[in-house]
Amino acid sequence: MDFRDSPAEAEFRARLHAWIARHNPGLPVSSTDDEYWARQAEWHTALYDAGFFGLSWPRRFGGHELPAVFDVILDEELAAAGAPPRPSLGYLVQGIATHGSQAIQERFLPGLINGRERWCQGFSEPDAGSDLAALRTTARLDGDEYVIDGHKIWTSYSDVADWCFLLARTDPAAAKHKGLSAFAVPMHQPGIEQRPLRMINGITTEFGQLLFDGARVPAANMIGEPGEGWRVAMTIVGHEREPGELGYVARYSKMVSELEQAVRADPGAFASSQREAVAWAYVQAEMLRLHVRRRLSERLDRVDHGPGGSIDKLLMTWVEQAVGSAALAVAGPRAVTDAGDVGLKIYLYSRAQSVMGGTSQIQKNIIATRILGLPAA
Amino acid sequence: MDTRDTSEQAELRRTARRLARELGPRSVADLDDGKRKKRLAEAVREAGWLELRQDGGDGAPLASGVEAALIAEALGEAVADVPFAGPVLAEDLARRAGTSAGDGAVVAFSPELTGAAVVSGSTTQTGLVAVDCAAEGPAAAYVLVPEGGGCRLAQVTLDAAGKGADLTRTLRALPAGAPLLPVPGQSRLLTQGDLDAWAALGLALTSADLVGLMRGVLDLTVGYAQERKQYGVPIGTFQAVQHLLAEARCLLEGAFSAALYPAWAVDALAPDEAQSAGRVAKAYGARAARTVCETAVQVYGGMGNTWDCIVHVYLRRALLSSRWFGDDGEQLRQLQRERLGVTDGLS
Repeated sequence: MDFRDSPAEAEFRARLHAWIARHNPGLPVSSTDDEYWARQAEWHTALYDAGFFGLSWPRRFGGHELPAVFDVILDEELAAAGAPPRPSLGYLVQGIATHGSQAIQERFLPGLINGRERWCQGFSEPDAGSDLAALRTTARLDGDEYVIDGHKIWTSYSDVADWCFLLARTDPAAAKHKGLSAFAVPMHQPGIEQRPLRMINGITTEFGQLLFDGARVPAANMIGEPGEGWRVAMTIVGHEREPGELGYVARYSKMVSELEQAVRADPGAFASSQREAVAWAYVQAEMLRLHVRRRLSERLDRVDHGPGGSIDKLLMTWVEQAVGSAALAVAGPRAVTDAGDVGLKIYLYSRAQSVMGGTSQIQKNIIATRILGLPAA
Repeated sequence: MDTRDTSEQAELRRTARRLARELGPRSVADLDDGKRKKRLAEAVREAGWLELRQDGGDGAPLASGVEAALIAEALGEAVADVPFAGPVLAEDLARRAGTSAGDGAVVAFSPELTGAAVVSGSTTQTGLVAVDCAAEGPAAAYVLVPEGGGCRLAQVTLDAAGKGADLTRTLRALPAGAPLLPVPGQSRLLTQGDLDAWAALGLALTSADLVGLMRGVLDLTVGYAQERKQYGVPIGTFQAVQHLLAEARCLLEGAFSAALYPAWAVDALAPDEAQSAGRVAKAYGARAARTVCETAVQVYGGMGNTWDCIVHVYLRRALLSSRWFGDDGEQLRQLQRERLGVTDGLS
């Protein structure tokens, strides 16, 4: 056990540190502001072009083939500088790398990783949330194309995406989980309408919904085999639950250090309950940073955490919501007298973490049955 | 950066868990089995675990905080009723003063158990508490005596037996007015850095014990939920029960991740950094362990509230490990002092 940087890690950290000092765009925290989402693509390509994104992914797709622990160094340095977190798309990379053919990987991974092609994920539907396999969007084979009809919702980045990682029903006769397939669907076509969703904190550019009405996708853009969609989806949601894949450590540490700065500026102005909320948020964020160090170290053994991602997701959720509560506490009465208060926005946004990527209740079902070995209800 | 056990650490972890499981109590009745308890104490002594923090010859301890913490975790997991952290912490303090601890020596704490007792004068002025010591017989408990900008060690003799909430580790009260005796062989004064690093070890060991406790009690409780039937099915079938246990498992994993760092930091980072790492682990672990043990009592239902059900042995041990070196509330107050510049109302 050694928490110290190896010489190679230390060299990387120093180089990264110097680069961030010069290139930190100083964006607001993601959860509070449309400006963050508007400038996210710019940050992605800057980080990538400087050689600091896609650290653990294969070189032939634009990655650096470094051990996964380099990602935690990236998160820590971004957080320390108050820079935006790395783009959260590792789970899509994992999905394509695990299930896509050689041709699919070569076609799509470089653009996804280098940020030149932007992606959204079309899984949930109005009537298929936790019960994802109940989805009704169809993809019907027509020559060498599939024709897509249906309605997707909670689709992050759908307003700016070039591609949609779509889960659709290709075999209506097959059993619920077996008739699904995954596709890379081009977003710029007349059969797709994007509608933004306004979140409870007022931001409008993160979430959206997609209406597919005769949209078309080449059959060659299927990711995995026909009927493999459920397995593809499970690979993706499994990784979507891992903070090590999402880079959220940087987000939380940044928010906590901003709250700490606010209190440090005038400690006497804050009640002990407010200060304790901030100290607890710090403890939570530190726990997650160390947890990610542990998880990414375990990957050196090529451990696939599988359902363990659900544990990480719950831990991450508790961290985000502790940070949200601390932000609300520090804001004090401002949170109710000023609708634009940042603390209020951080708090409100934090409530989504126990829903997105699989609700906390679903995660607990998975942990109980697949990790603790309790009988399924 | 690699937080995995080395192969030696993994082997030690396996050995410690095996020994603790074989010789630790399996039931409340086992706590009264003096023969078993003696075998356990002998096994821990023979393994050399009480000397881990002795001087290895160059001023550094024989083994790092990581080895000490993983043994503490294994003993906690089995609610092993044997002194470990107490004597190890006494050895660590003695080494820092340039000497080595006598057999069975422990450290005397202030009544709130947050830190080593500081005494000036020739006798103790208030009541003190020795933690995790032998249940009976004479033994020494160290106190700190301020001197020349640092501290030297003195000792008081324990005689009366004591009884604390924890049924697996002994507390012995020292009345005010106990005479201070010299600790021989000290070659240097303890600095603030020594005391911070020592406190970091205390936080690391108590946090590791809490992680072990959570693991042990959760294993038992999951097993119980698979066997105990109501409405004709195991209670572990019900989501209401499943979700309690799933949350408990997450708390255990988070506490484990947080507790590794201070155990490593004790010997690798500056004392104040190691202590801060310990505060994070302890604040998280104390809250987590309380919830996990309470969940165990709840899932065991009526049985969980009886003396003969072993889950309260875990809960009681968690209460002591949480309080020892400061509970979550104390750690959060100290973190406010360190990180938020708060000074009012803090010692």
